[in-house]
Amino acid sequence: MTSYLARRLAGTIPVLLLISLLVFLLIHAAPGDPTLLLLGEETNAADIAKAKEHWGLDQPIYIQYGKFLVSVAGGDFGKSFKYAEPVIGVIKSRLPATIELAIFAILIATLMAIPLGVWAGSKPNSWIDNLGTTFGLFGISMPSFWLAIMLILLLAGVLNILPTSGRSTYGIAGPEQTGFYILDSIMQRNGRAVWDALTHIFLPALALGINMLGILMRVTRSSILEVMNEDYIQTARAKGLRENKVVWRHVTRNALIPVITVVGLELGTLLSGSIIVETVFSWPGSGSLLITALNARDYPLVTGLVMIYTAAFVAINLIIDGLYAIVDPRICY
Amino acid sequence: MQSLTLESATDARDAVRAGILPRLHVKAFTGGAIVLAFILVGLFGPALAPLDPNKQELTAMMQKPAGIGSAHVLGTDNLGRDILSRVIYGSRVSLVVAFAVVFVSGFVGIVLGAVSGYFGGKVDFAIQKLVEVVWAFPPLLLGITIMAFLGQGLFNLILALVAQRWIPYCRVVRGQTLSLRGRDFVAAAQCLGASNRQIIVRHIIPNLIQTSLVIGTFAMASSIIAEASLSFLGVGVPPEIPTWGTMLADARIYISTAWWLPLFPGLCIFITVLGINLLGDGLRDILDPRLKRTGAKI
Repeated sequence: MTSYLARRLAGTIPVLLLISLLVFLLIHAAPGDPTLLLLGEETNAADIAKAKEHWGLDQPIYIQYGKFLVSVAGGDFGKSFKYAEPVIGVIKSRLPATIELAIFAILIATLMAIPLGVWAGSKPNSWIDNLGTTFGLFGISMPSFWLAIMLILLLAGVLNILPTSGRSTYGIAGPEQTGFYILDSIMQRNGRAVWDALTHIFLPALALGINMLGILMRVTRSSILEVMNEDYIQTARAKGLRENKVVWRHVTRNALIPVITVVGLELGTLLSGSIIVETVFSWPGSGSLLITALNARDYPLVTGLVMIYTAAFVAINLIIDGLYAIVDPRICY
Repeated sequence: MQSLTLESATDARDAVRAGILPRLHVKAFTGGAIVLAFILVGLFGPALAPLDPNKQELTAMMQKPAGIGSAHVLGTDNLGRDILSRVIYGSRVSLVVAFAVVFVSGFVGIVLGAVSGYFGGKVDFAIQKLVEVVWAFPPLLLGITIMAFLGQGLFNLILALVAQRWIPYCRVVRGQTLSLRGRDFVAAAQCLGASNRQIIVRHIIPNLIQTSLVIGTFAMASSIIAEASLSFLGVGVPPEIPTWGTMLADARIYISTAWWLPLFPGLCIFITVLGINLLGDGLRDILDPRLKRTGAKI
């Protein structure tokens, strides 16, 4: 198991190198001169040359890439053109907002999808199954950004019960400690700030989690249907166990393995979904930062963000592989 | 003969009672009907749209939907453009993108998958490394990055979406080819002197069409959503081309005053994607033998 994971980990290094090269070339070949965008069209040639020299843009591209690789290996992604700060610092300041949002989206999706999927799968062709299946199908077909807009329209525009932008109301949140507003507010024992942060996160998390909810519900249901046919379930019934016990103790535990895979795979979708949902809800996370960076042609920031997103996705897949063995002892590498 | 008919009738009735037959039909037919309607609206858009989608009527800005028979059935936007006409024209972009992405990515994925599985060795290793690198990008992120590099445009958008969508075909096809290449009919073709190209094109690929059809429907649904997402973020098609995604992006700042602006284009995306997913589910149910065992749709 350990040697398998070590091999997988080593295998990700060339993949990450190739990704960094691909991203670096793509961003540098993009139309639009970043120096012109940042300094303005009126800037004279001498200032442009000075700026290019300052950012190292006057050097050949392979030297720029070589320097980039060396600095990335040392944990340095360079300085953001737009914010004039180290890229890693800018990303660090925005990352907690995205992680907090993703965690809540997963919570909403799994807490609703798994019970619904188990219920639907254990009673095939019943009304609850039909309801669950329709709900699942709606979930996977719903564009998250449209749901986000409609939620804003309904809950904020018409009913006026929930805030629709930002992470907190001005002046309510205490000083930042971890960057996770809800955690910070709990640590500071500030109940009002916890509630305020929860009301802010609910709509974006729901919009972000809806697709995952649909997919998870469908996977849980079909996984339950498969396990229900296994011999050990017949045995459990034959020894006189109540149906509830059979479903929750024997069926669900075995049916959750594919569900874990899907949660892992969907985390990647969730990461990219956050880019669009954060833009709609003006959520100050790394997703909306990517759009700002792309529009400003902030090469170091875009490269840093894409690399971090991709590395996170690769790491998630590795963790999921490791989790299999823990959840299902029959699997050994 | 009579008993056979009776038996089949009883089987069919049992199947109906078990909820298999009508479900399959309802799902596949409803999905198929929605997809057909989407194709027809896309194809005959110019004939169906009441007005020019880009015509600005400054005297008729932000009009609410006034119902059938009025000048603007679904209302107008902030520049006085007719929403119904824009929604109809928007379907054309989604249609072109969806079909182009499915066919191009299907072609690339099936060919690479078949080659990878059939030849194995270094070819397989190289193709699978490429799959690994491209697949390591979170979905949409690669599309956004490519669009930033290539710039806005329909052709670029299709390329950006194809970049990752050939992978599911490639993976599944590779796996199936690995098992197909050991089968007797491939050995027979080899004995008869068929070339590798002939074996792949004539004997392997026809066996992969069914599975690819199901992958294709889901790829179509995901490309419609991805196209709308990229256009919504402003990196899709140029703003002068009406698409459902750009319509939603334009509507964002008027959410509190004009509910009809985001409602209709979003509803179109939702219903189209729902139809395609229903069709895909129906097709998979028909092709999935597990269905017969469980007596329920998977």
